[in-house]
Amino acid sequence: MQSLILRTATRLVVALMLIFSLFLLWRGHNLPGGGFIGSLVAATAFALYSMADGPAAVRRALRIDPRLIAVIGLMTALIAGLWAALAGVPFLTGLWNKIPLGEGAELPLGTPLLFDIGVYLTVLGGVLSLLLALEESEVDDDRLD
Amino acid sequence: MGEAATTANPAAPGADAPASAAWRLLAVVPLAALIGFVSLLPAITAGETLSVGWAWVPGLDVRLSFYVDGLSLLFALLISGIGFFIFLYAGSYLGRHPRFGRFSIYLLAFMGSMLGLVLADNIITLFVFWELTTLTSYLLIGFDHTQAKARRNALQALLVTGIGGLALLAGLILMAIVGGSFELSQLIAQGDAIREHALHLPILILVLAGAFTKSAQFPFHFWLPNAMAAPTPVSAYLHSATMVKAGVYLLARMHPALGDSDWWTWTLLIAGAVTAVWASLLAIRQSDLKLMLAYTTLMALGTLVMFLGAENYYAIAAAVTFILVHSFYKAALFMVVGIIDHEAGTREIDRLGGLRGALPITFAAALAAAFSMAGFPPFLGFIGKELKYEGALAISEAPIFMTTAAVTANALMVAVALVVVIRPFLGTRPDLPKVPHEAPVAMWLGPVVLAACGIIFGVAPGAIGNALVDPTVEAILYSPQNIELKLWHGINLPLALSVVTVTLGAFFFVMRRRLIRWTGAWLDFVRITGDAAYDRAVAAMMAFAAWQTDLLQGGRQRIYLATTLITFIVLVGGTLIAFGGVAMPAAWPSAPLPVWGIAALIVAGALATTQMRSRIGALAAVGSAGTGVALLFLAFGAPDVAMTQFMIETLSVVIAALILPRLPAMAGRGHPGRHGRLRDAAIAVACGTVVTLLVIAVTAGPFDRSLTGFFEIASVPDAFGRNIVNVILVDFRAIDTFGEIAVVAIAGLASVALIRQTMTSRRDR
Repeated sequence: MQSLILRTATRLVVALMLIFSLFLLWRGHNLPGGGFIGSLVAATAFALYSMADGPAAVRRALRIDPRLIAVIGLMTALIAGLWAALAGVPFLTGLWNKIPLGEGAELPLGTPLLFDIGVYLTVLGGVLSLLLALEESEVDDDRLD
Repeated sequence: MGEAATTANPAAPGADAPASAAWRLLAVVPLAALIGFVSLLPAITAGETLSVGWAWVPGLDVRLSFYVDGLSLLFALLISGIGFFIFLYAGSYLGRHPRFGRFSIYLLAFMGSMLGLVLADNIITLFVFWELTTLTSYLLIGFDHTQAKARRNALQALLVTGIGGLALLAGLILMAIVGGSFELSQLIAQGDAIREHALHLPILILVLAGAFTKSAQFPFHFWLPNAMAAPTPVSAYLHSATMVKAGVYLLARMHPALGDSDWWTWTLLIAGAVTAVWASLLAIRQSDLKLMLAYTTLMALGTLVMFLGAENYYAIAAAVTFILVHSFYKAALFMVVGIIDHEAGTREIDRLGGLRGALPITFAAALAAAFSMAGFPPFLGFIGKELKYEGALAISEAPIFMTTAAVTANALMVAVALVVVIRPFLGTRPDLPKVPHEAPVAMWLGPVVLAACGIIFGVAPGAIGNALVDPTVEAILYSPQNIELKLWHGINLPLALSVVTVTLGAFFFVMRRRLIRWTGAWLDFVRITGDAAYDRAVAAMMAFAAWQTDLLQGGRQRIYLATTLITFIVLVGGTLIAFGGVAMPAAWPSAPLPVWGIAALIVAGALATTQMRSRIGALAAVGSAGTGVALLFLAFGAPDVAMTQFMIETLSVVIAALILPRLPAMAGRGHPGRHGRLRDAAIAVACGTVVTLLVIAVTAGPFDRSLTGFFEIASVPDAFGRNIVNVILVDFRAIDTFGEIAVVAIAGLASVALIRQTMTSRRDR
């Protein structure tokens, strides 16, 4: 499918969707959103990109094999859990560090965010692995037929 | 057994393993362990016990804890001491094998597991090491994995001892519940409480199932002779001196907790006596030296089990002494047989003879070991045999039966000992497959030292009597003991029985061929072959697996879905009906008009799906139903869930659109037809009904807000988050999420593999 309009629009929409997915990931702890929803938005964005420009373009944009993204995500979640074990509390206990921003404001950063990033990467990698493998097998079929 | 004789033959020509010298250095590990355990001996002799432990899973009372008393030290010394000689021996025997490194690692792993088993205090620790010995034994029996026979026999040993291991785990846990502790050192002090408890018999059956399978007691004896498919150093170490004695160790360890009951005594006496006599009859019938020794190991295990059934201290002392005696002579004889095999190229008794000139040192070791086995004075075996007779006579339950069994088995042992030493070494040397030369030092050192132990401790039995046998008997009987081991007891009944044994043994030796003929006819008549039963059980299991796979996983999506949904209908619907869960709400809740509209959209989407003629149409209809569900979530204030649902709907359509073109046409091959569609409709309606009833039943009762309330209160102070859904996902229930994303990752990886594989196979076509 090679449509100029779709391709041009996709450039814009994909960028917006990816930023939106990160926004969802970041705000998820307090407002609707989170790693899982964010990753689904990102996966949809890449699916759109793949429809417009083909799976090879998506692989170039990703730079890393999606399978590796899934594994890195799983490892990130594991590290977030083991962090607690290193601190001597049960596996996956949330640990928080409040960074003062001055004027009484503070930024609470904790291992749950790291864990959520792990969820984001794992789901994104898992879905994209499936999606790209399917698209690429279709390309091959077309060549065969 | 002829082919096994060649499989055990190491070093395929041209095999070249430069790293083997480094692997041989591993022999220092058992040596260091031996020195360490010897240094513990004075404390144990003085009556102390040592223990050490670390928390493992504190919530479940599981500790990595170890306990050293006489019994565990006796086994630890045997494992590390014999282990040292086996490592030396294996370095020569298999040193040029291309996979010698792997072999050494297996052997070392086995040694560690076995030491862990006999030193474990916590029952879970004991079980873990117990299973590890099973696994390493599997790897070692199947070491020659190109041989179908080695693989089959390894699997047999794994299954038989593995099933016993599971029974043991159940028995140990029941025992921990009854005795109120997970530590063996505490449990063995609870003997009276355990014996009087209602669960005593189940515990006993389960623990005995573990011990009997591991120590190859009748009727589970068949796996041990088959395990001789392993290389000879393995047979010498695992399947005679150490691993098969794990069951004996367990019985000895459990003696204070489970012993002294009628069930215990009679089961052990009868199973042990039957195993001992049966195995010694089979031993004399073998023509392969290694198999002959394997059956005598069974006889020894049976004897040990029989004596552990008793309560009197002579019987227990006989068992303890015999553990030592047997380990010394049997490991030595196995290594001797390995040398004969290595040097002469065969283990068949009828093809061997006259090796004494070519293998003088091996002959000396074989002679000393065989005499200890036969129980001639002044060897340790003689002391062991006298103690056995004294113990058998003191078994008040059945002295005559026990003594008869012991004398018969021992007489056959005398005959086997004579066969092992006379047939290969004396007489004239026939044409052999190889020209024999004396084995290298590393190979004869073990047999010589172990056989020498049989003489030294026979002449000076006091040395081990006080240091090792007393503390062990104390540990088994759980009370202080003082046994005096001595060669000369005066003229008494045991001595007379010894004379009878030797005479009878010599008679059996002379009459060996006739004995084989007589027992052959009798054995054909009896036909007790656990091996055949095992084959039938495995075949039945495989047939069942094939049948249920065909039924439930026919390879068609329709069948998988039907299986899943029917299971759901039966389980959930059945539970609802069985527990009277079908309830109607008192008043039907009202809903605003837009909600009714959404509901109508969902119903219309679902109905349209079933009527569509094309897949794309069906997909779109399902999508509209899913969108309706998402709108419902939004209407009831769950934006997170709604958003997820929208994204999932979108991605499902994308993925389905990629898959659909590859499926065969809907009306084509594999279409269910009219009956099939009716059946599918019935399943769908049943499933929908069950879900509807479930939802009505759930909403009929008052809504339990306790969990919601907890999360509302705890979310911000405990987890610093106001989005409860996300806080639950990443904090309160993070381990669930972790499991789920692991599934996502694995599913992603697996689907790539599947898709690529289908692609390749299509391209190949």
